[in-house]
Amino acid sequence: MTEEIDILAGDEILAGAVVPQQLGVTPSQTVGPYLAVGLPWPDGPFVVAEGTPGAIWLRGRVTDGNGDSVIDGLVETWQADPDGRFDHPDDPRGAVSGFRGFGRCPTDDAGEYAILTRKPGPVPGPDGAPQAPHVDVSVLARGLLHRVVTRIYFADEAAANAADPVLNDVPEQRRATLIATPDGDGYRFDIRLRGDGETVFFDV
Amino acid sequence: MTQTSDAPTGDVTGGGLVLPRYRRDEPGTHPPLLSPGYGSTALRAPQQQPLLLPQTLTEITGPVLGEGRVTAADADLTQYSGGTAQGQRIVVHGRVLDSDGRPVPNTLVEVWQANAGGRYLHKWDQHDIPLDPHFSGVGRTMTDSLGRYRFVTIKPGAYPWRNHFNAWRPAHIHFSLFGRAFTQRLVTQMYFPDDPLFPYDPIFNSIPDAAARQRLIARFDLENTVEEWALGFEFDIVLRGREATPMEES
Repeated sequence: MTEEIDILAGDEILAGAVVPQQLGVTPSQTVGPYLAVGLPWPDGPFVVAEGTPGAIWLRGRVTDGNGDSVIDGLVETWQADPDGRFDHPDDPRGAVSGFRGFGRCPTDDAGEYAILTRKPGPVPGPDGAPQAPHVDVSVLARGLLHRVVTRIYFADEAAANAADPVLNDVPEQRRATLIATPDGDGYRFDIRLRGDGETVFFDV
Repeated sequence: MTQTSDAPTGDVTGGGLVLPRYRRDEPGTHPPLLSPGYGSTALRAPQQQPLLLPQTLTEITGPVLGEGRVTAADADLTQYSGGTAQGQRIVVHGRVLDSDGRPVPNTLVEVWQANAGGRYLHKWDQHDIPLDPHFSGVGRTMTDSLGRYRFVTIKPGAYPWRNHFNAWRPAHIHFSLFGRAFTQRLVTQMYFPDDPLFPYDPIFNSIPDAAARQRLIARFDLENTVEEWALGFEFDIVLRGREATPMEES
């Protein structure tokens, strides 16, 4: 008999007759100092394969509040393809296939990361106006109890950057921390976790 | 009849795109970045408040990973380099859900952990306990169509970490999850029931909400304990869910 009651209760929930109960979200914890045991992949830094036409390196150094290198961190990137499209079912314009869009690189003994990718195209923004080309970034490390999120914009997109709704909401004197600068075969984007020149981080 | 069909119920942008919107987490769910009890936060926690990022296409999409990246053997941490790991064999299983109770299917789950003695296979870990030649401590799997995952591993040991005098981490397994959107990315740690080290651990206790803290403790699971083979533990992981109703652009 109890089974029958359970089933009825379940049907009620499925029918949406009651306000659905929200489950509590699982809290975050630090990756700790040994993330290199589990998270790096051999192809992690390669959003695109070496030799891909138009490929660029995104390189930078992660530093702490003393300006010292963060040598046990992980940088992850997520971005659109050069046409501003995502290989994802929730892109309402229709998923395009073939561009992984995700990069992952542990920092080395100098706090440096490097990710090989292609420059993203513009992506529609909250009001339909295009956002400037950008890459979403997560930084994980010992001493970070949850990831911190930032965005990479590109210095050679001055006009698009000037019109970007997210950049325009960032206090002008801090905007430069979000701009990657051309550097050899790609761009440089340093990440300062704390202190002078602290990178702008976002709550998503 | 699946409940995971995703009729768009989010924002209509000026460009005519309908996007889901992910709920912000309840205050107290996640640790504050600056947690004085955990010494490493002092130089790494940003000083400035984070700015609110609107959830655009970049944030409501995310990497779709795993295809070709994971084999069945990756979910069994007890077999490595031609032998069997030392320690107490356990089954760790559960579901990945969003906060609306919807399963998150076909998503990558990555784990890493110390060996039975409490030592990681990492050059910086010099804890005076032997490494286990048959334990690497890394596992990967994909959730199935109902959001379920299952690992076979050994119970990790507690280990000292020098954060303060006689500091020992409670036994834990690191978990890394992607969900289906950049907004849902989560890295956390699973703990074991009744660990006597909980009251002394600043990382576990950095979570302000005591009820949220309890969500990181796996449940002993006799049903999934395997006769004469392994103890079972159940650990469900809940990622951010979606707003139920469309919201106007302000």
